[in-house]
Amino acid sequence: MTIEKTKADGLVDGTADHPVGAPPTISSAPSARFTSAAANYIDERTSISAVVKEFGRKIFPDHWSFMLGEVALYSFVVIILTGTFLTFFFQASMAPVVYDGSFVPLKGVEMSSAMSSTLNISFEIRGGLLVRQIHHWAALLFIASIGLHMLRIYFTGAFRKPRELNWVIGFVLFILALAEGFTGYSLPDDLLSGNGLRIIDGMVKGVPFAGSWLSFLIFGGEFPGEEIVGRLYTLHILLLPAIIVALIALHLVFVVVHKHTQYAGPGKTNDNVIGYPVLPVYAAKAGGFFFIVFGIIALIASFFTINPIWNYGPYDPSPVSAGTQPDWYIGFADGALRLIPPHLESVIWGHTYSWNILIPITVLGLFILTVLIYPFIEGWVTGDKREHHILDRPRNAPTRTAIGAAGVTFYAALWSAASSDILATHFQLSIESVIHAIQAAVIIGPVIAYFVAKRVCLALQKKDREMALHGFESGRIVRLPGGEYIEVHQDVDEYERWKLVSFHEYKPLMIRPNAKGKITAPQRLRAGMSKWFFEDRIAPVTRTDLERQKSHH
Amino acid sequence: MARTSKKANRRHPLATVVLIAIGLAFTGGGYALFSSTATADTSTATSQATVEEGSKLFAANCATCHGMNLEGTTAGPSLLGVGAASVDFQVGTGRMPLAMQGPQAMQKPVQFTEEQTAALSAYVASLSPGPSIPTDSQLTENGNATNGGELFRINCAMCHNVAGAGGALTEGKFAPELTGVESKYIYEAMLTGPQNMPVFNDHNITPEDKRDIITYLKYIQNNPSPGGFELGNLGPVAEGLFIWIFGIGAVVALTVWLTAKSN
Repeated sequence: MTIEKTKADGLVDGTADHPVGAPPTISSAPSARFTSAAANYIDERTSISAVVKEFGRKIFPDHWSFMLGEVALYSFVVIILTGTFLTFFFQASMAPVVYDGSFVPLKGVEMSSAMSSTLNISFEIRGGLLVRQIHHWAALLFIASIGLHMLRIYFTGAFRKPRELNWVIGFVLFILALAEGFTGYSLPDDLLSGNGLRIIDGMVKGVPFAGSWLSFLIFGGEFPGEEIVGRLYTLHILLLPAIIVALIALHLVFVVVHKHTQYAGPGKTNDNVIGYPVLPVYAAKAGGFFFIVFGIIALIASFFTINPIWNYGPYDPSPVSAGTQPDWYIGFADGALRLIPPHLESVIWGHTYSWNILIPITVLGLFILTVLIYPFIEGWVTGDKREHHILDRPRNAPTRTAIGAAGVTFYAALWSAASSDILATHFQLSIESVIHAIQAAVIIGPVIAYFVAKRVCLALQKKDREMALHGFESGRIVRLPGGEYIEVHQDVDEYERWKLVSFHEYKPLMIRPNAKGKITAPQRLRAGMSKWFFEDRIAPVTRTDLERQKSHH
Repeated sequence: MARTSKKANRRHPLATVVLIAIGLAFTGGGYALFSSTATADTSTATSQATVEEGSKLFAANCATCHGMNLEGTTAGPSLLGVGAASVDFQVGTGRMPLAMQGPQAMQKPVQFTEEQTAALSAYVASLSPGPSIPTDSQLTENGNATNGGELFRINCAMCHNVAGAGGALTEGKFAPELTGVESKYIYEAMLTGPQNMPVFNDHNITPEDKRDIITYLKYIQNNPSPGGFELGNLGPVAEGLFIWIFGIGAVVALTVWLTAKSN
């Protein structure tokens, strides 16, 4: 009670000096006395109350889509906890051993220590299989929630100034998460992970000139060698997690520094944040949410098998199973390799150029780069240097939303290509037709998605404008004395109207000659881009519009 | 009592029994004699009848495509040399007769009784030699599952998937799921290579190895995954779909619930 009260004081008066340190005045209950004494003890030695005061007063707005990043964070905590358990029993070695565990169909098979120890985790270590499955399911959820979180950030324009760098950090985290996923997928050294590594080996070897050398460097000799699992393990449990933890910390520091964005609404401006403070509301909510996320993952992991390595058996370069795919997050890359037409190779002066590998890598690289620097592209096109803390509704930025829809379609088409064989068998289609259809979808799909999304956004904006000016259809039909029937429109209330009208209207930039009286090529490009972005637009309803409308009625 | 003894005087008390015994001995003996001559001629005399039955069935149901003398037509391949095993597999699993021409013969409800299938097999086998239907002793499921698993991964998994869940081939063809398929048909499929499947003859995979493969398949079928529901054993695609629908679905539903109060 006391502590909460003092903190509440701090809320009102930010200049109060060490409110937590003040001796408790009311409580007589022993537990409360102990708590305040302990708090006092700690504060006198660490001055932590300043941090608690600053951080505890931090306000977070409430919206479901603001919690997706939290899901990613909590899945990551689950991954760290379970991963630590797994390292106690996993042997990252490719030294051959003869399996002698309790899974009958593999008894007596020669395999690497990595595979054997993963089987032992699954069958001999108490709770090992559950922990392995929690670890893997949490990884899938981790990356899926990062994906959703990024989509939310993108479509609401939360990456605009001052958050461009945090977008970059978040996107780098996404790429690192993919790397974590892939290295983890490869560790058990089962048939599936070996097949995955073989594709990486193929891609590395596809690099002109240096390919073979790089492959030998990575695998410590000819694929698969005896080194790769140990090397991936170091990346998987040391280097990548360390970078990820550091970047997550930075990511969160930026969230605190920038303050959280919010949707337009009554009382919400670019200079405030309306919501609940971290202490006591958000800390409790977020803490509880961690256990909910952990619970969901544990529930899934206890009922559903993931990566049954005992079916796949140890890696052997000769067999490949039907239905060999990467985990979902690498699917887009696998899909790109499946879609590229075969035989695209040329031999020039004794060097083989595998275009069927170089083209997908280049296209995906450009795609990833575009997403990474998108905030800077949009900032350059709009020329907007102001800070933005109020989120856009996706419809109010039609071109951005349309570009996003095109990107999502492109990604989804590549992703679906990774399951082309499953699509073929389960819908009784020919795999060639599936591939050709998706090849077409990769190219045409984004274009269609772009125009559909843009038109839908503009239509919704028009509807909003109508609503703001004329109200909504009340469903009440009135017959006028002259016999005419009209439907009575009812004005939306002030709060609703605020949401409909408060957005910024960008107009295409004008080309102006610079100091030397010249119009440079970048300027032309910028003007062209700006025209592309903002030529089609619906103006927000202004105060004048509203007043004119009112007097008209 | 007096009446009984009177009857007994006229006919011996065991006379009925003896009569019945004689009657049984005649009919039974006669039957045994008849049937023993029949069994003695299983491969020739009985199957002569069966073969004729099979011949009629073949002419009525198969000859349109495979020709009156198994020589094949433009619509179907020659069946000379395919053996009883092939007919038993194709007809016994309902793949033949075809409902329509397609990339591959589809499984459908079996069209013939076991006797009719046997008759067809006998008829086709009678015209030219070929692989015969495996005997029960070849179909035991007590082989070496480890060896079977290794052979399966090397020879079969690239089409049928490591867990026998099936997989796609080119031009709409596919390798079917192996779960729930009778041992006999798995054996026959290996032996005869139906549809697009290669032939794994006894020199390639010995009868013992075939038994091991069947043992392995039955092992993974009878011992479901220790990790819980298998999601069709389809690999990461099924897992990814599951996490996006149910994992993300549940999480989003809960975020909506957690933030619902303030609205």
